[in-house]
Amino acid sequence: MSDHPDLTKLIFGRLSWDAIPFHEPILLATFAAVLVGGLALLAVITKYRLWGYLWREWFTSIDHKKIGIMYMVLGLVMLLRGFADAIMMRLQQAISFGDNLGYLPPHHYDQVFTAHGVIMIFFVAMPIVTGLMNYVVPLQIGARDVAFPFLNNFSFWMTTAGAVLVMASLFVGEFARTGWLAYPPLSGILASPDVGVDYYIWSLQIAGVGTLLSGVNLLVTIIKMRAPGMKLMQMPVFTWTALCTNVLIIAAFPVLTAVLALLSMDRYLGTHMFTNELGGNAMMYVNLIWIWGHPEVYILILPMFGVFSEVVSTFARKRLFGYTSMVYATIVITVLAYLVWLHHFFTMGSGASVNSFFGITTMIISIPTGAKIFNWLFTMYRGRIHFELPMMWTVAFMVTFVIGGMTGVLLAVPPADFSLHNSLFLIAHFHNVIIGGVLFGAFAAINFWFPKAFGFKLDVFWGKCSFWLWVVGFYFAFMPLYVLGLMGVTRRISHFEDPSLQIWFQIAAFGAVLIALGIGAMLIQFVVSFLRRDKLRDVTGDPWNGRTLEWSTSSPPPAYNFAFTPVVHDGDAWWQMKQLGWQRPLSGFIDIHMPKNTGAGIILAGISTVLGFAMIWQMWLVAALAFVSLLAVAIGHTFNYNREYYIQAADVARVEAARTEALASHV
Amino acid sequence: MSDAKSYDTYNTAAAPLRFHQETEHHPENGTLLGFWLYLMSDCLIFACLFAVYGVLGRSYAGGPTGAEVFELPLVALNTSLLLLSSITYGFAMLEMQRKRVNPTLVWLAVTGLLGAGFIGIELYEFGHLIAEGNGPQRSAFLSSFFTLVGTHGLHVSCGIIWLITLMVQVKRKGLIGPNKRRLWCLSMFWHFLDVVWIGVFSFVYLMGVLP
Repeated sequence: MSDHPDLTKLIFGRLSWDAIPFHEPILLATFAAVLVGGLALLAVITKYRLWGYLWREWFTSIDHKKIGIMYMVLGLVMLLRGFADAIMMRLQQAISFGDNLGYLPPHHYDQVFTAHGVIMIFFVAMPIVTGLMNYVVPLQIGARDVAFPFLNNFSFWMTTAGAVLVMASLFVGEFARTGWLAYPPLSGILASPDVGVDYYIWSLQIAGVGTLLSGVNLLVTIIKMRAPGMKLMQMPVFTWTALCTNVLIIAAFPVLTAVLALLSMDRYLGTHMFTNELGGNAMMYVNLIWIWGHPEVYILILPMFGVFSEVVSTFARKRLFGYTSMVYATIVITVLAYLVWLHHFFTMGSGASVNSFFGITTMIISIPTGAKIFNWLFTMYRGRIHFELPMMWTVAFMVTFVIGGMTGVLLAVPPADFSLHNSLFLIAHFHNVIIGGVLFGAFAAINFWFPKAFGFKLDVFWGKCSFWLWVVGFYFAFMPLYVLGLMGVTRRISHFEDPSLQIWFQIAAFGAVLIALGIGAMLIQFVVSFLRRDKLRDVTGDPWNGRTLEWSTSSPPPAYNFAFTPVVHDGDAWWQMKQLGWQRPLSGFIDIHMPKNTGAGIILAGISTVLGFAMIWQMWLVAALAFVSLLAVAIGHTFNYNREYYIQAADVARVEAARTEALASHV
Repeated sequence: MSDAKSYDTYNTAAAPLRFHQETEHHPENGTLLGFWLYLMSDCLIFACLFAVYGVLGRSYAGGPTGAEVFELPLVALNTSLLLLSSITYGFAMLEMQRKRVNPTLVWLAVTGLLGAGFIGIELYEFGHLIAEGNGPQRSAFLSSFFTLVGTHGLHVSCGIIWLITLMVQVKRKGLIGPNKRRLWCLSMFWHFLDVVWIGVFSFVYLMGVLP
């Protein structure tokens, strides 16, 4: 730094034209495609004058249903990006043998696997999980919205802001080359002096704010806003798993925030938390990040266990077997999630006693998980099973997840882990549980609740195509990795010399192609279903003969969810209402108190994006301005006391009359 | 599962159950619970920083030790200012309960000034350390010290900004429901920072000067 910092440096920091990857044809072509696609999208929105509609009805909406849908859209869009990274890696590893160096140079390959992991966990799985909870939980507990509707909107936009920064790294500068958890000293300033790790840190910190707030929000919603009569042990299992997941979020994400803040202190201020010199301790980072990281995988899988519970009991036409044991299994997993983190680095050398402790706690987790599997099987036993798409995904999950669970128990044995650590066996294991558990769960949930959200079912033919391509593709893509892992192949390698390995990588690449087709079929399923929406329409609001309260209202539900707040007497509340012949009230509507839309969330998140970008590129002036305006807008928002309004009884009556008419015409 | 309900049969002969509520249902306000949950998450951030200090607190790397750099009289003054500010915040809350706007504002102002005094002394301490070459870059011990104490200081500073904002809002709107709720939240925040500081004082400063 010179004595007179010049203005250009203050405004632009490290950013210059060199940051744009003109010399990388792959990136340039992607950039061009994204640019053209983006401009086309903007043009369409402008042509059909949709900006006002989008802004009023979606971007500023504090309706939990719309926010839930926006989360799902974010997750699915980012899935395409994350999967593009995946198939690039599969292709590289399938061809890069001997003299053939493949098409990805190592520094690019390293960014691809880092981005793949970060995107799939933070910007695919998390938005999908949060989106599902957002959409379904208030409906299942008979509430009008979440406890803090504005925070909900803000949380969504903060998550999106993180995703925007990750995407920006593709075209401006580069992403981290460190692996998805950015272990120091590799992620320290000496080994990674460029912007990659800073993109990583800031995108996760900004998205992390959103995740934490949404965790607080949903937990308070479940505790405080249940319909009258609904005791804790009468909550639908999905709501129970959402409760446990949000406890995990509140208790885990602060650790990630802290550890990333410490890493940025090392990088920006030259401190010595994790450095190799002056007393720093890199292994402390590894411990801390896994204290967040292990609960994180349960944050993702628990709500999916909830989804499968709902799906199984709905399509077996039976009350869920062992509700109480299901709830306690969920709680036990929640607690155990904090007692196993060290199994991610048995090879660190903590000694036999410590490793044994964590090995045993890890194996114990398989007990409540196994109990859940048996509960689902016993629910299906002697049930009248309807093999609709959600049920198919659930069965595929049960088979696949059990395999992944067993390899997990195998990895929990420290001596076995010493040879399998960091090998492709590990990669196969966690893809086995995350794809087989979280993604299959997400697809079951999408097929299950789509008719609730949009009022028409998803097309079955293309859904089945997607299902079979995904499931078969998964086994082709990941079973070879188990074999390769047992043969000693380690992860994150872009080039191989031993030709005998190649066939396995080629099989895996074939599997990835099948999955690509599965994703394509899913997109076609959405389009076809939209085009055939009149044929697929469901006016009853209860297309699957459901059991919980979300099926008692119309599809899509009105802004206020329920014209009258339901009163609950039973775990399967809606099932009981149907059995006892509840009649939908047709008159006597009342004014309904609702929160107002606000643009504060998207504005704050937009400024946060600028702040993050400025910090990444060390544009100190811009960062300072962004920080001050962030503070100003946040404080300004607190001066707005006028945040609620009433939906007039007459409007409620109009909406409900329209539904009565639709129901009558249907029968 | 001998319970008849597990076979999906319901007693239709019993008195009819009421399945919806004809009047508007008002769930309890969840702000205080939500804020308390946020505080617990914040507490975990501090727990991490304490743990980091626990690991690195004796990694002097040839640099100064706690006994050499900590000035306990200054820290004692600092601590008493912050503890006193918790009491004055309590007085503000008592006045709020009595619905008296101006006394509430006065006690809030006193609280803010005490907080500002705390931050001033902390900044002086930091500046002094850095001027003597004992900045956060000197050793892992000092890195973790500056981070833990600085994070607490940052929280207090945010608390002061929040306090000023709330004073303006109370002045403008009076002690209406939302403002009272906000005062409760800030109250929890302020006392929470006091508790954390007691941990910092004992764990970092008192134990730090031990040989």
